[in-house]
Amino acid sequence: MPLKGQVALVTGATRGIGFAIALELARQGATVVGTAINDADAERLSGQLGDAGVVGRAIVMDVRDQEQVDAAIDLVEKEYGAVGILVNNAGITRDNLAMRMKDEEWDAVIETNLKSVFRVSRAVMRGMMKARTGRIINVTSVVGHAGNPGQANYCASKAGVTGMSRSLARELASRNITVNCVAPGFIDTDMTKVLDEKQRSSLVANVPLGRLGQPEDVAAAVAFLASPGAGYVTGTTIHVNGGMYLD
Amino acid sequence: MENIEQRVKKIVAEQLGVNEADIKNESSFVDDLGADSLDTVELVMALEEEFECEIPDDQAEKITSVQQAIDYVVNNKK
Repeated sequence: MPLKGQVALVTGATRGIGFAIALELARQGATVVGTAINDADAERLSGQLGDAGVVGRAIVMDVRDQEQVDAAIDLVEKEYGAVGILVNNAGITRDNLAMRMKDEEWDAVIETNLKSVFRVSRAVMRGMMKARTGRIINVTSVVGHAGNPGQANYCASKAGVTGMSRSLARELASRNITVNCVAPGFIDTDMTKVLDEKQRSSLVANVPLGRLGQPEDVAAAVAFLASPGAGYVTGTTIHVNGGMYLD
Repeated sequence: MENIEQRVKKIVAEQLGVNEADIKNESSFVDDLGADSLDTVELVMALEEEFECEIPDDQAEKITSVQQAIDYVVNNKK
């Protein structure tokens, strides 16, 4: 139980990669608080976490809302203690060809995927600075490195998080706070379920390991970065993509 | 007054890892006591907690010496 006694906050934990991360960190011994965007999702997630025997619960926190973020972090600190592990996982897509992309589509993705990562990270920094330890782990994407047609907004947001993480890694290193990214490739989640069989098989053809990734594949990399064994790893990205993109 | 001065110096000593005897009122956190920019942010956080107040960023930037910290607390105490 390498994460025993640690409090982990996982944003966007209701499904897919976020849910798998919440379960894995709990399995490693952490108390896990997962965020959901509304009451109904939070209630469902609390039930699922409870059924899985996770110590912790779900809370409502819209990462785009500074007041909600501050209130949620306060609540977690009072109930469980200061957040030692933050996993910024919440993210959205609003795909469109660049020539057709609306300002709203661009702004929505940058706000949720980039600015909100900064917002939540800033909110937990005070506690981590005082504790003289902390782990910030940002879920980015292979397309933030490789690019992808129709995803200028999404790729920009994820590449932005990568640069921000490097900066924070340098800024917070003297307080023993590490900041890293995990960049998933094509993972079998709701985000990729929208693809038809033909699109899937052509995707898989470009993955040397010959399959889509599972959320658990990503969760394992996050758990490593949260673990004591990753104490000397900061400012970097772990790619979990079956070899489809080699940095 | 005396009391506030002592409390401020105690916090400065703890935060910056310096000897209380080496802290003078005119000591500058950065130039005399070896603080880096992150230390000064943490110092303000510690002052906020000790004196149960919130120091706005534009004020915090002006607190660069022990005396300035003391003055801020004295002038803003409830």
